Amino acid sequence: MDLFIGQLFTGLSTGSILLLAALGLSLTFGQMGVINMAHGEFIMAGCYTAYVTQQVVGDAGVSLLIALPIGFLVGGIMGWVLEALLIRHLYHRPLDTLLVTFGVGLVLQQVARDVFGAPAVNVTVPEFLRGGVDLLGTTVPKTRLFIMGLAIVAVTAVTLVLRFTPAGRRIRAVVGNRDLAETAGISSRTVDAGTFFIGSGLAGVAGVALTLIGSTSPTTGQSYLVDAFLVVVAGGLGRIKGAVVAAIALGTFQAVFETYSTASLAKVGVFVVIVVFLQLRPQGLFTLRTRSLA
Amino acid sequence: MPHRFTTLPSPARTFARTLAASVAITGLVATAACGSRAGEETAAAESCVDTSGDTIKVGALNSLSGTMSISETTVRDAIYLAVDEINAAGGVQGKEIEIVAEDGASEPTVFAEKAEKLIREDCVAAVFGGWTSASRKAMLPVFEDNDSLLYYPVQYEGLEASENIFYTGATTNQQIIPALDYLAETGVKSLYLVGSDYVFPRTANAIINAYAADKGIEILGEDYAQLGSVEFSTIVNQVSASGADAVFNTLNGDSNVAFFREYANVGLTAEEMPVMSVSIAEEEVGGIGVENIEGQLAAWNYYQTVESPANTTFVEAFKAEYGADRVTSDPMEAAYNSVYLWAATVEKAESFAVEDIQANADGVSFDSPEGTVVIDGDNHHVTKTARIGEISADGLLYTVWESEGPIEPDPFLEGYDWAADLTVTE
Repeated sequence: MDLFIGQLFTGLSTGSILLLAALGLSLTFGQMGVINMAHGEFIMAGCYTAYVTQQVVGDAGVSLLIALPIGFLVGGIMGWVLEALLIRHLYHRPLDTLLVTFGVGLVLQQVARDVFGAPAVNVTVPEFLRGGVDLLGTTVPKTRLFIMGLAIVAVTAVTLVLRFTPAGRRIRAVVGNRDLAETAGISSRTVDAGTFFIGSGLAGVAGVALTLIGSTSPTTGQSYLVDAFLVVVAGGLGRIKGAVVAAIALGTFQAVFETYSTASLAKVGVFVVIVVFLQLRPQGLFTLRTRSLA
Repeated sequence: MPHRFTTLPSPARTFARTLAASVAITGLVATAACGSRAGEETAAAESCVDTSGDTIKVGALNSLSGTMSISETTVRDAIYLAVDEINAAGGVQGKEIEIVAEDGASEPTVFAEKAEKLIREDCVAAVFGGWTSASRKAMLPVFEDNDSLLYYPVQYEGLEASENIFYTGATTNQQIIPALDYLAETGVKSLYLVGSDYVFPRTANAIINAYAADKGIEILGEDYAQLGSVEFSTIVNQVSASGADAVFNTLNGDSNVAFFREYANVGLTAEEMPVMSVSIAEEEVGGIGVENIEGQLAAWNYYQTVESPANTTFVEAFKAEYGADRVTSDPMEAAYNSVYLWAATVEKAESFAVEDIQANADGVSFDSPEGTVVIDGDNHHVTKTARIGEISADGLLYTVWESEGPIEPDPFLEGYDWAADLTVTE
């Protein structure tokens, strides 16, 4: 039973990693409907931001804290440029968007390979995050607690921005009913660019944090992309709340299945659960009610 | 006015729903494609190798793009180094070796196509390269049908012996079994097996299970993670809870980074529960971060730190050619050896013809960086010295144990009674 409770906690921690990777996507994909296959590469860009910052700053602890906002800017600017140059022209064509962003992802991977080399680079974990804490009978690495904390901060920040700021109101207005928002004087073009900036920036932040537990290599982003899409789809498009619940649910499923079977079977189990779930509830956990007619 | 986004765009949603399925299908297609070339080739054409000029052509077939390029470009560097050295010393049979290079692009099917091109269009006398077992299995029928030669430089899962392939990396009885012997010698009574989910780790673990059953070592758990997986908290928790004496690690690639970070973070150390790895060499230690893996063990036949005159020469020549910050690793050394072994066999046979090389290969030796290696004419593998290395703070591996002299290759484990029930898995 102790193991079970311990695994619930592991699930929470796995879920927070999924959430961090998926949060940006729930804005760009969930709110805007853009399938951005290069999202993983924005995460990878965040990883390399952490690496470069650490090379420049030296101290692992300080550089981590500096790298978080820089990662947000790096990811955000990359996303903003991608939106302005390519995605903007493809808003009616989701299939083309998918192919184009997939291509952009491959280009970014190759750029990373040429700049940083193909082997993984090492981002040193700061001293104060090494080791673990005993919680409920299992040892939880401090890095995972840090990521959990960061996920909570990021979700809170996004929720507050969406709910209480003028910019957030505009985003919600455009998502709710684009034409009506435009007639009310909102420039949907500016809002799209802004949303994409924030969503991609969150991917950059995720990348910085994920260097604490994973590898930093040109293909790093690929490890997170599919899981991130699953979280957003299962949670329901357009709902941050859905992404939170779905991430934690998937993380816990994975952790508990894995305890009683194997890692590969657990992955199969998670996919089966999602397939069955989407058959029964194609709109995801939470749906966005809009006043639009079509 | 188009109604964009008045509702959530359903094509996008449908698309995402099928994303998981698409990924799975792509995987299946890729797997199926690996095996689809076997038996396609028609009867062998007459060899078109031109031995009349001052040069002799050989092929270098390595992945210069895609996921495997990280490892295979280093092997190619070693092949070029060996060829340059042999040419500087007068070439083979008085002829200068000329390399025709091709990119396998990390795709088994591309390896098969390029191998055929090298043999039929470029008329090379032999091909050096390949890394993954999938690439080797895809090339095997091409070399057999065209009756040509491949020199394959990477340790692998054994259970194979082709007339047309020379295996210069370790087979299982030269790497995995010595690693188990070493663990047993140091008093390990129980093991936990962790691996990536594909052919090599599963075959390796089948061998380990058979060995353990015979030697009374308890296997407390066996877990596989998807290739590329970075989520190891449950596996590491279970490893930790199992209380095993040691862990046998057959993970590949980036997963090692996540695994060792998690391992160190929950407080497991090399002293209380050492990890024996078979896929971590000098190149990989940097990416994992030496602070996470210091003191852990690896099993190979060669380390940059091996002390021999031949290795000193090899490492110096390599660094002079490619830069002082580069490291040499086991597969690179095996690739370097393979060129020398081919050249030595040609000199002995006084011929570049495939049947002459096959007939004269037995007993051909090379004083290599890892020690003297000798070709076994029956199974086309080479004798190799097994070495257990410990990862040190400088990122290099140092030998802590080595076998008493070179071990005869036994790819089908015929010399081990406990391995009798292991079947050939394809």
